[in-house]
Amino acid sequence: MTAWLAALYAIVAREALRFVHNRGRFLSALVRPLVWLVVFAAGFRAALGLSIIPPYQTYITYEVYIVPGLCGMIQLFNGMQSSLSLVYDQEMGSMRLLLTSPRPRWWLLFSKLMAGVAVSLLQVYAFLGIAALFGITVPALGYLYVFPALILSGLMLGALGLLISSTIKQLENFAGVMNFVIFPMFFLSSALYPLWKMAESSDLLRDICAVNPFTHAVELIRFSLYGSFNGWALLWVVTGTVAFFLLALVGYDPARGLMRRRG
Amino acid sequence: MTDQPALCVSHVSLSYGPKKALDDVSFALPRGRFCALLGPNGAGKSTLFSLLTRLLVTREGTIRVAGHDLAKNPRAALARIGVVFQQPTLDLDMTVMRNMRYFAALHGLSGRAAATRIDASLDRLNMRERAGEKVRALNGGHRRRMEIARALVHSPEVLLLDEPTVGLDTAARRSITAHVHQLAGEGLTVLWATHLVDEIDPADEVVVLHRGHVLKQATAAEIAGNGTLIDAFIAMTGGKDEAAA
Repeated sequence: MTAWLAALYAIVAREALRFVHNRGRFLSALVRPLVWLVVFAAGFRAALGLSIIPPYQTYITYEVYIVPGLCGMIQLFNGMQSSLSLVYDQEMGSMRLLLTSPRPRWWLLFSKLMAGVAVSLLQVYAFLGIAALFGITVPALGYLYVFPALILSGLMLGALGLLISSTIKQLENFAGVMNFVIFPMFFLSSALYPLWKMAESSDLLRDICAVNPFTHAVELIRFSLYGSFNGWALLWVVTGTVAFFLLALVGYDPARGLMRRRG
Repeated sequence: MTDQPALCVSHVSLSYGPKKALDDVSFALPRGRFCALLGPNGAGKSTLFSLLTRLLVTREGTIRVAGHDLAKNPRAALARIGVVFQQPTLDLDMTVMRNMRYFAALHGLSGRAAATRIDASLDRLNMRERAGEKVRALNGGHRRRMEIARALVHSPEVLLLDEPTVGLDTAARRSITAHVHQLAGEGLTVLWATHLVDEIDPADEVVVLHRGHVLKQATAAEIAGNGTLIDAFIAMTGGKDEAAA
């Protein structure tokens, strides 16, 4: 077991070090949600009235509403960034080094997932800190309660990234992922608007949002930030994590062939 | 166990769709020998290396490393293999030591045990004084030496090198070839894929691979007979000037 943990630690430390060295990535990871929070939310504040919906106990401003969605957004982008870095690793060869380790392949890939989650936690907490400087805060214990929720949502979104990386043949194809995965997942969710607001314009849109796993990741984060538990969201996120991870394992199965496609 | 070959490949075949990349490949390497896997480009050397490192698997044939079946007991088999891939697999912006520590941890080594083995491996390749340098600052020859040192950290019984001198200048090529021959002299079993006959000594074992088939296994001197190895190789494979490059 010590050998397994040594591998896990090394993979997480390597990813964290690469992230810290790459200041541009850290800054862009923070700037993106902050632009949404400061610019977008300020503009839409008047346009979007919000009713009192769980877990909130009172009327809230739009900035407060979208904070959990932006935490999810950070993790979504981070999941895709990890996916990009996996494709890069495959092209550069370091994936071969990882996969020829005598640890089980599922453990190596899980360690990769955990590395991505660790990096996303750094980003989310930095974002929550800056949001607090802007006066957008949550109950003090919420910062603690959200920790396990962020691990779970990070695992699910990381597993999705892992799955995507197993299907992408070349780095150049990655831009397509942005258009076909990140944007629909983000906009067709409860990150920016509550589902009842979506239903006002289209029931179909609401239904799509309701089956989007990202919606449930956002709701899990939202409820945790306010010290509430959302079992339905938890079920969705856990199911999504397991499903995406198992499919990713199939993609990385040497018999089926990640490396087969690459020759 | 010690009587068993260090590496035994039996009746291995693999197809990419309709194309047969390897067809009934069999050979065995005795322990402590330098064996060249000699074949022109496209012979199937890299495919065979992917199978030996379990990046690919096949249902046809078996591969045993130090007696461990790679399909049935992959972890035991992989733990006994050190690999240097044709494509560099280094983190350029990290130091040599960090790269070594990362690899050691993937093999379950950490702390003092890892440090001792890393120092010993770097010493074997005369790379210890470079431990604190970023890999990006190393020249091609030193990067390769570092990769070989890294492949030795977990004390493998078999060292696989897939065309490790690609892109290196003549001096670096000669130095690395000599280093690895020395490792074989110290008891390590080496499988060295190449298409360059000047990297092979007369006493080395040679497996000639061509279009997915093993054409011959013997020492380089036996294959050369009264002529030269390059002539024999060209005669076998119908190759032209590539082998002499």
